[in-house]
Amino acid sequence: MRLGLAIARRLLRLGLVLLCVAAVSFSLMMASPVDPVDAYLGPQMAQVSPEQRELIAQRWGFNDPAPLQFGRWLQQLASGNLGFSHVYNQPVGDVISQRFQRSIALLGSAWLLSILLGFTLGIIAGAKEHSPLDKMISTYAYITASTPTFWLAILSIMFFSVYLGWAPVCCAGPTGVLSSETGLLTRAHHLALPVVTLTLLGTASITLHTRTRMLALMRSEIATHAFAQGASRLDIAWRHGVRHASLPALTLALASLGELFGGSILIEQVFAYPGLGRATVEAGLRSDVPLLLGIALFTAVFVCSGNMLADSLYHLIDPRMRRKYA
Amino acid sequence: MRTIQPHLQAIAYASIAALALLALLSSHWWAGELAGQMQFDARLLPPSTAHWLGTDALGRELWARTLAGLGLSFWVGCLAALLGTAIALSLAILAMLSPRLDALVQLLIDTLLSVPHLILLLLIAFALGGGLHAVIIAVATTHWPSLARVLRAELLQLRQAPYIGISRALGKSQGFIVLHHFLPHALPHCLVGALLLFPHAILHEAALTFLGVGLSPSQPAIGILLADAMRYLSGGYWWLGVFPGLGLLLMVLSIERTATLLRRALSP
Repeated sequence: MRLGLAIARRLLRLGLVLLCVAAVSFSLMMASPVDPVDAYLGPQMAQVSPEQRELIAQRWGFNDPAPLQFGRWLQQLASGNLGFSHVYNQPVGDVISQRFQRSIALLGSAWLLSILLGFTLGIIAGAKEHSPLDKMISTYAYITASTPTFWLAILSIMFFSVYLGWAPVCCAGPTGVLSSETGLLTRAHHLALPVVTLTLLGTASITLHTRTRMLALMRSEIATHAFAQGASRLDIAWRHGVRHASLPALTLALASLGELFGGSILIEQVFAYPGLGRATVEAGLRSDVPLLLGIALFTAVFVCSGNMLADSLYHLIDPRMRRKYA
Repeated sequence: MRTIQPHLQAIAYASIAALALLALLSSHWWAGELAGQMQFDARLLPPSTAHWLGTDALGRELWARTLAGLGLSFWVGCLAALLGTAIALSLAILAMLSPRLDALVQLLIDTLLSVPHLILLLLIAFALGGGLHAVIIAVATTHWPSLARVLRAELLQLRQAPYIGISRALGKSQGFIVLHHFLPHALPHCLVGALLLFPHAILHEAALTFLGVGLSPSQPAIGILLADAMRYLSGGYWWLGVFPGLGLLLMVLSIERTATLLRRALSP
């Protein structure tokens, strides 16, 4: 019963936060110096007379006060209509769902790989504190944490695509071939380099976090007790450490979904990968307001569900947390 | 020995950072002019003794452009970190004044943290129409929430401290407590927080500029240099991409390490 109440309260909070996100991003769009009629007309701007512009503004309700426009937009949103993207000439909902399907391959695999790699490296570094291996792993993590995402992407294109010629330079498939005709292997070939770059950058925080956890464990009474029984550091790392550190690592990974998405925007831009990140940049550069708003809301839902999942995972997996609600 | 070592390390990092800082802060005067100077007989030359880091497609010296870009990044990072810290501090203190204000600040923090940084940055840069001031404001507004959270938790703890209760019982005003107790307590955290904000600010400025919504292409910013390098990628002009990014990485790394070690030195 109390668990149900907690979930209901959390959902209410999520709704409130999403409403705030909508309000903040809408007011940002209203504050923009870009004229909405210009943005709508695009290159045909010069062919339209002032009278016609006035008509368009009236038809779209640009002259109404901002709160009224916001209310109207929310109303449309509630009925599932996100508006029309003039850059892609499609409803915003369609653009987001199509692009996200391509991005999820990149995001999902990079996310899983960075958890696996980051967690393993963190456990190893923590178990072998002050060893050369630990120093190497820590240095790697510190350096990648400060590396600009897009720079690493540029370097990897230079080295692997241009110099070695192993991977394609851009896009999600060969140019001139329909996306329905590209095979799974070709797609994986085009996806490999972006995924590796995004993974390398995502591992740093998980590695450092897991390492800190392991060091704390090694100084704890559990470890002292186990040492007294003749266990080695590796034994403790394997028997206690993995369980001790896995939940925080997973939580961290879920909570950093926003950062991962930010990284994918830059990676998609460098590799010209036609996913949601590239659509975001296009929308920003060519002032596609409905698409920008749609993406802002969509990513907020994405990030919030990641956070909520992280919170509830604690209750599901760790029995000590569950007792508080029982 | 082990207790002194982190401090020595911090001093070493700080002095390297200070040297780099001096070079960067003055780079505008001694590299700024060279960064824009075109030499049409020396286009896309690889690194050599005459052209230390090579030249770009318009024959401009890459080392001068990289240094000028780092200097620019540094100023943007400084201003954005200061502005972000100021926002975080004032909102954290505001949250202490009444439960209702606290709820409002919390909601604002949650809202800003629920949109990915880069998307929010794009939205704000779009709303302000791009340019230097837009980048600084955008980076500051997106980066204060995490620091504000830390400060709020600190102040919440402080509010329970006996001496605050005594101060209140003595009839000191709300303003007096904020000025004489909250602020002095929060300032060291702010210093470290600002230093930790700094590298993020620089990286996000470079990312925004790289995406084309930040600084204008006429300025020698690192993001612009790397976007330029993207255009000549398949030609094998590796120096265009390698050096500006490497400079940025070194700068961010040294600041980050200084901040981390400083935090360790301040709170053992």
